[in-house]
Amino acid sequence: MSLTMTNGAETLALREFHPFETDGITYLYMVPSAGIFRMEGPSDAILNALGKGPKTKTLLINELSDHFGIDLLLETIDELTEIRAIGDVNAPRELVPNDLPPAGFPLTTMVLNVTNKCNLACTYCYEYGEDKIVDTKYGDQPKFMAEETAQESVEFLLEESRGQEVVHLTFFGGETLLNFPVLQETVAYARRRAAEEGKRIEFSLTTNATLLRPQIIEWLADNQIGVTISIDGPKEVQDGLRVFHNGKGSYDVIEPKIKELLKRHKTRPIGARVTLTQKNMDVLRIFRHLTEEMGFWEVGLAPVTTQEQRDYAITSEGKDNMLEQFEILAQEWLECALNDEHHGFSNVKDTLEEIHKGVSKAYGCGAGLGLMGVATDGDVSLCHRFAGSPEHTIGSVTEGIDRAKQGQFLVDHHIASKTDCHTCWARPICSGGCYHEAHVQYGTSSHPNLHYCTWVRSWTHTCLEIYGALAEKNPKFLNRFDA
Amino acid sequence: MKHIKAVNQKAARIEAWVAHEAEQTQPTELDVVGLESRPPHEQNGPHFPLGCSLVFSPGWEADSSGGTAGLCQPVERDIFDCHLSCFWPAHVPDQLNHSADWTGNCASAQKDWRKLDLIFP
Repeated sequence: MSLTMTNGAETLALREFHPFETDGITYLYMVPSAGIFRMEGPSDAILNALGKGPKTKTLLINELSDHFGIDLLLETIDELTEIRAIGDVNAPRELVPNDLPPAGFPLTTMVLNVTNKCNLACTYCYEYGEDKIVDTKYGDQPKFMAEETAQESVEFLLEESRGQEVVHLTFFGGETLLNFPVLQETVAYARRRAAEEGKRIEFSLTTNATLLRPQIIEWLADNQIGVTISIDGPKEVQDGLRVFHNGKGSYDVIEPKIKELLKRHKTRPIGARVTLTQKNMDVLRIFRHLTEEMGFWEVGLAPVTTQEQRDYAITSEGKDNMLEQFEILAQEWLECALNDEHHGFSNVKDTLEEIHKGVSKAYGCGAGLGLMGVATDGDVSLCHRFAGSPEHTIGSVTEGIDRAKQGQFLVDHHIASKTDCHTCWARPICSGGCYHEAHVQYGTSSHPNLHYCTWVRSWTHTCLEIYGALAEKNPKFLNRFDA
Repeated sequence: MKHIKAVNQKAARIEAWVAHEAEQTQPTELDVVGLESRPPHEQNGPHFPLGCSLVFSPGWEADSSGGTAGLCQPVERDIFDCHLSCFWPAHVPDQLNHSADWTGNCASAQKDWRKLDLIFP
């Protein structure tokens, strides 16, 4: 017996969880704790009985006592009560806690927009395309980040990371490699300064691959710089929207360069990052091309961020189509994982890691808290997607964070403020989603991304099923997510 | 837990927490806790019995430390109970709006309680 023990007259009802089934086994994904429990013994029967409506404990036991012993039922009811799967029908709904992160929360990742200039003119680009939020072409900001600003950013990161032993510095653009001289200087500087501070620093960058050349590839490999290539797929797909300013497609330029990079750079995994649009939705073909024909270790795919009236915006049928193909790849991923083999579909891996740890997020991502973006002039914004936007600037690398502005951001964007999310079972993982997506779609970064609710719930459910299967059949595989 | 299995890391933490809670509160000793004695999980800390003794209002069974030593207050002190220190809607005058001076003539309840007048709304 315990404190949660109920008496016979108390009326029991189901509380908040999301059930899923794998290979005939029922699991509960608890909301909002994000714990996952496997149902054994009479638990399923108890949940089914209460699923038809609340009933008193006495009635519940009477109903099930033909199949299970009374002591077994009592114990199981107690355990289900303890994990809050069931409880008093009149118990108040658990409120979404609105505890803000503690002051002095460390910064772990900094994204430097080393240039806001690009040699491509991808139609859907959120920095230059129709949905841009900063005037990157005629605005006041410098086109390139100065070496001094980059060094100040490094100092800012080291300072704001406080007790963190490992920090991450990511370079972004525009086209990142347009500012290669500053990249080189900054990496050398950051490595030296991090060592002096007793910290380890890791580097990564995102590039469109057009400017890769042997000298750069050598440098990337020698400096163990993680590389993400923005690429949309095979030639006809890539050349559709990822074009040079003169409208010429970029595939033929990047293909040999990427192959060269993959051949030479083995010190860090190299991933492809695909933007899916209504015009390129053949997820399976894109994935196969990038892994099997190109040789990428990992491929992550994300739908384009844009307003719904654009002709490349993904329609709701398009989202269904995308989900179906994601599910096929997810099943393939599972087959590989069951045999301890690698599969490059990184979307599954990322979600699975969160499921394994049981993260229950107060924020859609770490932007403005553990991750920040720096514009070319040194202004600090929520993330790289907002770099240079005055509305989303929360400080500068020289003057530090405007704590009042950051504090207000953290209040406005907290899951407690997103009442639409409070009845959704997927909120521990989604927490309202990307701020930039929300800004483009609704005009405000604090709005939950309601246009993706169905999609997120379906995808999370698929990943839960995969997790259940792995936990049952190859639990050792999950150890890699332990850290 | 015997009939439910924790699968992910968070579930394991929930299970550990439930076990810890069960360990902290031995069921047989939970039955009735006398106000002057302490329940097992509070043996080493201060004990605050429920009721207005939280804010030291004599007339109750225990004082703010859970004992009786602090109870030797004049019974007249009780007159003010529920008047200022407690949210409970008792039959005492509303000192905020209508009867701000109700206790004006009563500096010490023990001596001056007779000076407290009736209130006619």
